[in-house]
Amino acid sequence: MSKIILITGTSKGIGHYLANYYLSRNFTVLGCSRNNCSITNDKYAHFKLDINNENNVIEMFGKIRTTYGKLDILINNAGIASMNHSLLTTMQTVNQVLSTNVSANFLFTRESAKLMQKANFGRIINFTTVATPLNLEGESIYASSKAAVNSLTKIFSKELSNFSITVNSIGPTPIKTDLIKSVPKSKIDDLIQKQAIKRFGTFEDIVNVINFFISSKSDFITGQTIYLGGI
Amino acid sequence: MKRNIEKMIYATLDEVLNDLNLDNTVEKNLDTELYSGSGVLDSLALVSFLVNLEQKINDENSINITIASDRAMSMKHSPFNTVKSLVIYLEKVISETKN
Repeated sequence: MSKIILITGTSKGIGHYLANYYLSRNFTVLGCSRNNCSITNDKYAHFKLDINNENNVIEMFGKIRTTYGKLDILINNAGIASMNHSLLTTMQTVNQVLSTNVSANFLFTRESAKLMQKANFGRIINFTTVATPLNLEGESIYASSKAAVNSLTKIFSKELSNFSITVNSIGPTPIKTDLIKSVPKSKIDDLIQKQAIKRFGTFEDIVNVINFFISSKSDFITGQTIYLGGI
Repeated sequence: MKRNIEKMIYATLDEVLNDLNLDNTVEKNLDTELYSGSGVLDSLALVSFLVNLEQKINDENSINITIASDRAMSMKHSPFNTVKSLVIYLEKVISETKN
């Protein structure tokens, strides 16, 4: 049976790319997003839901359990960014960012681990950001939410180690996706200058790190965050 | 319903104790201590036990319950102490979820 991988946020951007990539590698890919997904492949199943809705998410995991009987890999990709001066950031934005980036990450990790513990195997990958170690101005809430993801990564890695489930994070540099489309070019250029290797990240850079984390040989790699670009 | 819950508890207990290579020679009845001073489950086994039992109950009843809820955690007498206390607690949760 092929590996079953669940990727959140597959309707566009990195999640969409990852879904297509793992389909091309013969994985069974399960995706979810608030919107429909354009991927048509016999080995792809899409769940249209709000990742913050606990009941809907639990229902989805119930369907995964009854249909596939297992889950090998979770990629917690879905996330939202907010780039604004703290004094101009509304509480509505604060709550949305924390809910999507932190609470939903926790919920998906918890429910995935419930499935994985039975098989005594699992790989969970989180997305964090270089904005956290760089403490970027204008990204107080986004960077803080990803700092929480770093803590979730480390603590889950300890709590799940007895089930042979590893939990790791990748911190991409700016990549040309919707997430940074509203950020001024000068800000992005400044950020790239802070990297050891001064260029945009690519989808291939991300896949490279994820493949390392999900490899069966990486069973001694957990609780780690790899930042791209040299931060 | 009580008898059915009891059966699911015993089946899950067998599964988890065997999977985790823990002592599975203890006699299983309503007085069997699960997670108490001399219970058969350690903290890790309790996690697996509750997760697997939750899945079993949800599958057999086509419902979604969470066993380790805030309510369960804040009860004066933990529902996870004995098989009997867990049966009583689950019967309540299942019937509330169904209604």
